[in-house]
Amino acid sequence: MFNHATIERNATILLVLGFITVAIGGIVEIAPLFYLQNTIEKVEGMRPYTPLELAGRNVYVREGCYTCHSQMIRPFRDETERYGHYSLAAESMYDHPFQWGSKRTGPDLARVGNRYSDDWHREHLADPRSVVPESVMPGYPFLMQAEIDTKYIADHLRANQLIGVPYTDEMVQSARADMIAQASDTGEGAEDLMKRYPKSQARDFDGQPGKLTEMDALVAYLQMLGTLVDFSTFKAETESR
Amino acid sequence: MASREKDEISGIETTGHEWDGIKELNNPLPRWWLWTFYGCIAFALGYMIAYPAWPLVSGATPGLLGYSSRAEFVKEVDSAVSAQAAQREMVKTLPLEEIRNNADLLQFAVAGGRAAFRVNCIQCHGSGAAGGKGYPNLNDDDWLWGGTLEQIHTTLQHGIRYLADPDTRQSPMPAFGADEILTPEQINDVAEHVLSLSAQPFDAAAASRGSTVFAENCVACHGAAGEGLREFGGPRLSDPIALYAADKAAIVAQVTRPRHGVMPAWNTRLDEVTIKQLAIYVHSLGGGEMPVP
Repeated sequence: MFNHATIERNATILLVLGFITVAIGGIVEIAPLFYLQNTIEKVEGMRPYTPLELAGRNVYVREGCYTCHSQMIRPFRDETERYGHYSLAAESMYDHPFQWGSKRTGPDLARVGNRYSDDWHREHLADPRSVVPESVMPGYPFLMQAEIDTKYIADHLRANQLIGVPYTDEMVQSARADMIAQASDTGEGAEDLMKRYPKSQARDFDGQPGKLTEMDALVAYLQMLGTLVDFSTFKAETESR
Repeated sequence: MASREKDEISGIETTGHEWDGIKELNNPLPRWWLWTFYGCIAFALGYMIAYPAWPLVSGATPGLLGYSSRAEFVKEVDSAVSAQAAQREMVKTLPLEEIRNNADLLQFAVAGGRAAFRVNCIQCHGSGAAGGKGYPNLNDDDWLWGGTLEQIHTTLQHGIRYLADPDTRQSPMPAFGADEILTPEQINDVAEHVLSLSAQPFDAAAASRGSTVFAENCVACHGAAGEGLREFGGPRLSDPIALYAADKAAIVAQVTRPRHGVMPAWNTRLDEVTIKQLAIYVHSLGGGEMPVP
């Protein structure tokens, strides 16, 4: 039955056998990544995104930032001298989908957090050439006006929870309050936020007190990128990678 | 494939397939192609033995060469660092002033500082360090927090209004207008007075009224003649160089609701040698000052 002529003349058998052949290759390459210890290296400090950061991340994805900016510092000296410690797999474990990107028209953003001031980010996002004259990045001035409806943020958290991000039910319930607290200039609710999301930064990111805009969210997201892992205490596993 | 058919003209076997009367000769593959193919298989086998390849239960086979991209990276960085080890050690241990006075070390520090400046600083301070609106020019001697090596070094280490660093430089100017400390008329007058201090055209009557307001509210940080007090980060007002703009509208705006620039602390991001190199580089740009004995 399995001679060349039979298989070639029988579309269904050809399809099934073709699928099995490809599946073997796929399983050998992909399956080990789920159980090998060194691909799922545990790293201290990682936590899920705060609701505001998650909203900012959604803006980042919506505006297609990943088409020009990568978030993946490779282990080469020329990259780490410029961008900081090379990226770890665990640093994008709560990213659905990950934002590694494949092209750098602009610089890598994996560790852009806390590198510039909020002012700088606002000016740069609204009009990139006002601070970097040689930039070719388009401006996103509308982010300052685009107010965010906090109604849907709990759903975003729940969706992430469904696909394995360890948001607790408490986090989902307080998502709306946390989002407002993180962008508030009064510091109200920041303590609860900090308890739920260690190392989170709460302030009025867009410089417009009392207004929650996409600029707040995006700057909050950018300001946390790459800041969660403490590399002064991190010890890299160097075995066979 | 019992009955192989031979082509009459060439005498070569056909594949036995036929498409509308056209039959294909079963010529062997060219030798060079075949041997390249076998060569690739042999190479792949060698590669699997030499490098990490087969996934097993707890890890992949390490390969005879023990290659690891992280170990390779560490080697790359170590060799770069050790090539400069002597100079780096001296920059690390010697005081800034001594480094500046040693021609070799100065050259080393300025070169390293220039490279680090291009990566980390030009986004705000500009590729020529000339700054921009809201971001100080580092080429002149109009310093906000001081232009000696030590002062520049401190600014680099702890940043300005960078709240995550407890030692960061702080100079919160009150919002005289927004918090209704001064009336709009008083702000107008004090702005005229500041214009007079910086040798710009001004309204004499308003400026003289404004000088009282200035004496009561501003001298503590900006000095009696607006010369600035660097220990509080109070900018000099007696020149037309301003962080945002020196015209009247900008002065009124700043007094009403001040903008406060932020510079990150770099001691968590860059190593001590790089920060010292940056301090010496920025000091060398033209505005560097000597410590007052």
